[in-house]
Amino acid sequence: MEIEGERLISAEEIDRHEAAGIEALRAASREPIPDPDAWLSTEIKRNLLFTTVDYAINWARTSSLWTLIAFTACCTFEFIGTSSSRFDIARFGMEVVRASPRQADLLICGGTLTWKMAPQIKRLYDQMAEPKWVVAMGACAISGGIFRDSYAVVPGYNRLVPVDVYIPGCPPRPEALLAGIEQLRKKIRKESITQRR
Amino acid sequence: MTTELSISDTAARLKAHFGEGVAPAGDGLATSPELLPRVAGYLRDTAGFDFDFLDMMAAVDYADRFELVYRLLSLKHNHTLTLRVNCDKNKAVVPSLAGLWQGADLQEREIYDLFGISFNGHPNLKRIVLWEGFEGHPLRKDFKDGAYGAGD
Amino acid sequence: MALATEPFILNIGPAHPSTHGVFRMRTTLDGEVIVDVEPVFGYLHRGIEKLCERRTYKKNIPLTDRLDYVSAINNNWPYVLAVEQLAGIQVPPRAEYLRVIMSELQRIASHLLAIGSVMNDMGIFFTAFMYMFREREKIIDLLEMVTGQRLLYNYMRFGGVSQDIPTEFLPALAKFLKVMPGYLDEYDQMLAENEILLSRMKGIGILKPQTAIGASTSGPVLRGSGIKWDLRKAAPYSVYDKLEFDVPTGANGDCYDRYRVRMEEMRQSLRIIQQAVEQMPAGKFQGRVPLRIRPPAGEAYAQIESPRGMLGCYLVSDGSELPYRCHFRAPAFLNLTVLRELLIGQKLADAIVIFGSIDISMGEVDR
Repeated sequence: MEIEGERLISAEEIDRHEAAGIEALRAASREPIPDPDAWLSTEIKRNLLFTTVDYAINWARTSSLWTLIAFTACCTFEFIGTSSSRFDIARFGMEVVRASPRQADLLICGGTLTWKMAPQIKRLYDQMAEPKWVVAMGACAISGGIFRDSYAVVPGYNRLVPVDVYIPGCPPRPEALLAGIEQLRKKIRKESITQRR
Repeated sequence: MTTELSISDTAARLKAHFGEGVAPAGDGLATSPELLPRVAGYLRDTAGFDFDFLDMMAAVDYADRFELVYRLLSLKHNHTLTLRVNCDKNKAVVPSLAGLWQGADLQEREIYDLFGISFNGHPNLKRIVLWEGFEGHPLRKDFKDGAYGAGD
Repeated sequence: MALATEPFILNIGPAHPSTHGVFRMRTTLDGEVIVDVEPVFGYLHRGIEKLCERRTYKKNIPLTDRLDYVSAINNNWPYVLAVEQLAGIQVPPRAEYLRVIMSELQRIASHLLAIGSVMNDMGIFFTAFMYMFREREKIIDLLEMVTGQRLLYNYMRFGGVSQDIPTEFLPALAKFLKVMPGYLDEYDQMLAENEILLSRMKGIGILKPQTAIGASTSGPVLRGSGIKWDLRKAAPYSVYDKLEFDVPTGANGDCYDRYRVRMEEMRQSLRIIQQAVEQMPAGKFQGRVPLRIRPPAGEAYAQIESPRGMLGCYLVSDGSELPYRCHFRAPAFLNLTVLRELLIGQKLADAIVIFGSIDISMGEVDR
């Protein structure tokens, strides 16, 4: 489409550009990102001053985790069911879901990730501001699930982003999702501002 | 569908019009890629057939050929007809029916993407569910999954 | 003074709160008016059709659930019908009625979600959505009582269903059937004559009947344009020919008509379930099925009326234990053929509502 000498980018170029991004990401994601498990038995020697501050900051962080809307498939509806009035994720301060990654701090990976979608999710994760956490919800997010041997599916979100909590299920029940969120909150409570994220 | 369309009568009518290019096959009719647009147009526009709805289009990869299966439906008379077209694996080109039924548009793109069968005359034939530089056509039987790192 | 404007490309999606799943629309806008739309598919293409060729027939049933994950029970049905056609497996009457009851319950749940989502897209911001999810939870409870699962049920088997209903199901269903019409009236009270809804949905996204037929649309999208085509009446499968119900159609083909068609279909589903419960005989819930399913070589095509349209399964068997080719005719995919036509010339805000009224489910679109 020509307009006064300035050319709008054509659809083919957009497609090629996107494809180049997908191939590059695929080549760079051959191995899963290892999970750090040192946090499980961490006794952080801290200064008394920092302990109280840590406590307060972690209390604030766990009480209002804002989720990013970046769901791909079926697990979306279990998350929506959890947000609905029956299971009520609002009691955990999480009823706010933000479309903009700058305003979110939790990425719930719900649904199968395909290689075509992978650069978008990576971009969203990169755009989220620290501190941020990732929860892999469902079998497809943990390992590719029932679609693991497909030519187009990423075998687990931990190829792209470091995952904090894995919630099994296909899809996980709302109670399972809430249990996973509680695990995440336990993990957050053990953090300290002296640690570098 | 509830109204049965007699295959032998239909084949006879079409033979009278198109000669030997149309023959009964299975529970429907078979025709050649060259005759396909004219046969399909005739089936759509002739009173008594009135196949105004393209129900489904699918491709199957057999050992020696690709087979395209079209399922036509007439909302007025409530009858269906299956049309089959064989095409050569090495030169997989078939005329597009997107001009006759708009519903063929996305389905032909998908078959092009997953099988590699090209459709002549399609307004926008490019990959639809896979990305631009994807090597190969996955639904072919000889698609090497390991080469694309499935489950790696 | 004339303002000089130039078109620009706005990317809607793939991760966007208003696109029911991961769907991307590359819109070229001139101010607020859409000049061109290029829909981009494939962000949820999981290769289900290829995976079907690698698993035995029975193992494919849970895979079909994940096609249209919003109404999962309906997806099993064309697949098991196709295999039953090929292998000559009979279904006992009780199993047919159980299939009908579960499918119609699922249809109500799916329409509730469809309508709730489109209301959400319009800016009601969760009120209608929450109300409809309250009812959807009741239906999910009923389905969980029978199948044990909340979202992806894996309920149908070749020759029938996987298990019979427990004793507490029918009383719970009777209670649900008594209160549900009252809830549907509540939604009508909130929404049907709502000024904002009328101004945002009436006259928007008009789909002409000829276009709808030529573009292979089906389901509420086709019926909203005035064409009375429902597979449950036109080519009855299972026991639908013994059940009485109406097929609602719209007059104009705009978003409002599609919404009304879905609301009416929910009422008709309640009628169907009531009759099915009354007519259901006692007996077996699964017919005789061989231990190893190896249908003779051949092909079969089976179609049902899912909440989104005509869902079909084209199955080719070569006599072995694995299917040779399994293709799904996805109604949501074909309904999106008309997207470009409906959106061009509309304003951006209307585009979201039109897209929502087509009611897609990406698992089915991309397979």
